[in-house]
Amino acid sequence: MKKNSRIRKRRLDTTILRTATNYLLPLLLLFSLFVLLRGHYLSGGGFVGGLIASIAFVLHSFAYSTRRTLRLFQVSPLLLIPIGLTLSFVSGFLPVILGSPFLTGIWFADSVAVIGSVGTALFFDIGVYLVVIGVVLTILFTISENV
Amino acid sequence: MISNFILAPILAHMLTAIVLMFFWKNVQAQKTISVIGNCIAFLVSLRLFALVWENGNMTMQMGGWQAPFGITFVSDTLSATMVVLTAIVSLAVGVYSTAATNISRIRYGHFFIFHFLIMGLMGAFLTGDIFNLYVWFEVVIISSFVLLTLGGKKRQMEGAVKYVTMNMLASSIFLTAIGILYGITGSLNIADLPEHVAAVENRGLVTVTALLFFVGFGIKSAVFPMYFWLPSSYHTPPSAIGAVFGGLLTKMGVYSMLRIFTVVFEPDDFILGVFIVIAILTMISGALGVINKRNMRRIFSYFIVCHIGYLIAGIGIYTELALVGVVFYLIHDVIVKSNLFMMSGIIQKIRMTQDVYRLGGFYKDYPRLSLVFAVILFSLAGIPPLSGFWPKIMLFQEAFKQESYVLLATLIFASFITLFIVARIWSEVFWKDLPKPNAEEIDHFATFHKRGKIALVLPVVGLAMVSLFIGLKASFVFEITERIAYELKNPSIYIESVMHHLK
Amino acid sequence: MELLLVALVGILYSAGIYLILRRSMVKLLLGFMMLGNGANILIFLMGELTKGRAPIIDGDSIHFTDVYADPVPQALILTAIVISFGLTAFAIILLKKVHATTGTDDLDSLNVQDLDI
Repeated sequence: MKKNSRIRKRRLDTTILRTATNYLLPLLLLFSLFVLLRGHYLSGGGFVGGLIASIAFVLHSFAYSTRRTLRLFQVSPLLLIPIGLTLSFVSGFLPVILGSPFLTGIWFADSVAVIGSVGTALFFDIGVYLVVIGVVLTILFTISENV
Repeated sequence: MISNFILAPILAHMLTAIVLMFFWKNVQAQKTISVIGNCIAFLVSLRLFALVWENGNMTMQMGGWQAPFGITFVSDTLSATMVVLTAIVSLAVGVYSTAATNISRIRYGHFFIFHFLIMGLMGAFLTGDIFNLYVWFEVVIISSFVLLTLGGKKRQMEGAVKYVTMNMLASSIFLTAIGILYGITGSLNIADLPEHVAAVENRGLVTVTALLFFVGFGIKSAVFPMYFWLPSSYHTPPSAIGAVFGGLLTKMGVYSMLRIFTVVFEPDDFILGVFIVIAILTMISGALGVINKRNMRRIFSYFIVCHIGYLIAGIGIYTELALVGVVFYLIHDVIVKSNLFMMSGIIQKIRMTQDVYRLGGFYKDYPRLSLVFAVILFSLAGIPPLSGFWPKIMLFQEAFKQESYVLLATLIFASFITLFIVARIWSEVFWKDLPKPNAEEIDHFATFHKRGKIALVLPVVGLAMVSLFIGLKASFVFEITERIAYELKNPSIYIESVMHHLK
Repeated sequence: MELLLVALVGILYSAGIYLILRRSMVKLLLGFMMLGNGANILIFLMGELTKGRAPIIDGDSIHFTDVYADPVPQALILTAIVISFGLTAFAIILLKKVHATTGTDDLDSLNVQDLDI
């Protein structure tokens, strides 16, 4: 019985999946960044980008193990939540200092080469991106640890 | 007057929560930060109230998008009052839980979630957009789920299943109501809605939507058929959490009803009739439920249900004086109910039980503390001149004037039961001798160091002082509540303050 | 299309409520997911379906000459999906924990907390 369950547990970490994950992880992360950056006028944004990035890590944890995925992060994914929240909070609060309502978008006059126009909305989205990764990974790893 | 300051109470708690997350493992730092955050939020809330009191309604358009397209934040006198009450309770409970909450709970993020919960409450009171209200509701209930289940004892879990189920159901119904309302009016801004609602030709659809809102808010504020989740869950978490839940969460539903049914829907006789019937049944079922309970916190939970009935009844009568009574009762109830749960926590710490039959001799052992508890209990019962007395008189008077004698009889019945149970608690817990004085029973309270004792007792004394103040300076509170009731009866003030740029 | 969605909303709501009324915890969870999805489609339906149009109006147009999709329901649904995602994640963990502590998935047997004392 015990042997049986071990076999079932190992079913997912095949060589094919591991090799594919090695290539897919950076690709998916890059794609998540792309989705994050195009999000202001086109479909995409921090939430979806964060989900894609966390799916990349989930795939990695399927192929290897949750512990090895956690080792990819130098810090606990839990720490991403306050960092992301701080970033969003600051980008929302910046207009208040300049005398506009909370969360007003402030844009730099010149646009950056690849990214396009940069404004507070982008930083807000990056904050959301980090929070989503932190939350999703914390939830999933908590669930998978208990299984 | 347009100002970012309206967001200050929300942002103060948000910032506290974020800072707390950086100190995830440092218990002492978490306690300090939480108390500081609460103090700041309290001062900010008072300032907001003062501004609203002097200059009238304040509004703010998120991100500079004008109403009705953007999300509006509005603070009229009712919102500001609720924010101040929330801040008072949050400060008291925050200080209380620095001593009452055990360390493993704090390590799992007790304070962080607590501040998120309070932020959600502040947001719900200040928002002027009905979908945004839904979002704040969700912030509150998700935080409350976590606070309720932290620790994971068996009965906590089982109570949580009922709590989570009913609250999720209420949210689904609320969301459905919002969807239909958007479908028939095409707007979500509370100040913009009344005009559109009035223009809808199919009045039946409007009534159905209004009742859907009533069901959604009703489940959250524990009114008659859907109240059972409250007494099954509120006594299971630590008393600090019970205090926030008992004081504030159900009142959020009542606040939303006050807002929606004065500004958005002009309730007709049918809806008001539903309110009155539900109120009567709520009071009766709460009063009957309370009679045979032995666990003190369960008694208080049933009191919450019973007294929600008063508030719903006042909304059902719908005269200006009745609304004065409702708001006055709301103010009194938030303070007293929170205090009751904190008081039961102190008794638990001293005697290690909540069973009123096994308690006793409290007055002999702790005479000064008993005096404070007496103030709380007798404010609840509404013994003049304490705080519960004035609003009850107003509600009785209005019920009599409207010739709804069944309602009047129920109000008196519920008050009588409350008085009876309070008297019984007083005689069982405080006057009677301890049934079997047991030397081995440890008095946990005595082993606390001095700072811990102060942190436990000070908030209870503070809230008891607030209760006394409400009772003795009733004229001051009446001034506030009369203005609120006037604003509720004349929603054009609210609408005007949001939509003035279109005129 | 509208009629199809109306029927779908009805099916999702009734199936959801039916499942919530069952005694099993897993069915309770499934019921909530269905109810949530039903509510989302209802909001979507309420915003009037506009096929093949983006929810964008030209920056320099003063009058609405062209048909455009209503962006509000989409924003509402997105928010509601995020919220129901969080709620469902919490509910799964809670029910798992309840199952672990009580050893049953029968909702009617969870009555310890209702015993007085």
